[in-house]
Amino acid sequence: MKLLIVDDSLIMRRAIERCVSTGRFGEVRVATNGRLAVEEFARFKPDVVTMDITMPEMDGLTAVERILRANPKANILVVSALADKATAVEAIKRGASGFLLKPITVESIQAALDDILED
Amino acid sequence: MEEDILKIFVQSVTRYFDTIADGGASFGTPYLGGEPESAGLGFSAVIGITGAYRGNIYYTASREKLHALLPCLGETEPDDRLCAELVGEITNTISGDAREQLGGGFMISTPFILAGGTLAVHTAKHSVCYVLPVTWRQHPSRVLVSLQKSPDTP
Repeated sequence: MKLLIVDDSLIMRRAIERCVSTGRFGEVRVATNGRLAVEEFARFKPDVVTMDITMPEMDGLTAVERILRANPKANILVVSALADKATAVEAIKRGASGFLLKPITVESIQAALDDILED
Repeated sequence: MEEDILKIFVQSVTRYFDTIADGGASFGTPYLGGEPESAGLGFSAVIGITGAYRGNIYYTASREKLHALLPCLGETEPDDRLCAELVGEITNTISGDAREQLGGGFMISTPFILAGGTLAVHTAKHSVCYVLPVTWRQHPSRVLVSLQKSPDTP
């Protein structure tokens, strides 16, 4: 399976990659903002995406919309520090498959990805 | 208002260290700050706040503290680049967490990493800067909060 990690933080990209390194994902790619995520999704066609929200150039919620417009069945897990309920609701409204609050742990990211891929 | 906001950041920092490092964060008495030479601890980041509040949130920590914390995130070879990335991520996470209580109108920017040990604090207009001392495994760090409610915020 293929995973696309989208986050402007190197620490977060590496943390998520480590969390899934022993799991089901044979190929992992990264993007550092929403615009690059939209481009990389079209090339890579991942099974699932982890998407930060607050990023330069294009935010994650806009990227979720753009990816889903072209790929309605895309699986996108929003992983964000924005802890208000309205943000989580907005992410789901825009089509995200799930919402995970930072900081993450190995258990929390694996469980969230399992939930999405089992649906 | 200041006391309530500082409590929110105490909760945010506590939650961060509880999740990443099995807890252990303790807090000193907050004080009014903003002296550039004394505020910075080596690595610092700032997040700009707009919307319902205006101002800045800073997090600053020593290299030793960040080197001790990085293995909790799986980083076994800490270096200065990762230290800078980590202060940015901590600033982002504690600021984002504060939205749970301050609401979606508490708009946060992406973190900006500040190089060098001196921290030039930009205080929000008509406001002051509060320094919240944080200790984890005997390593000091600080959260600096300078916020002003926007005039049109109820």
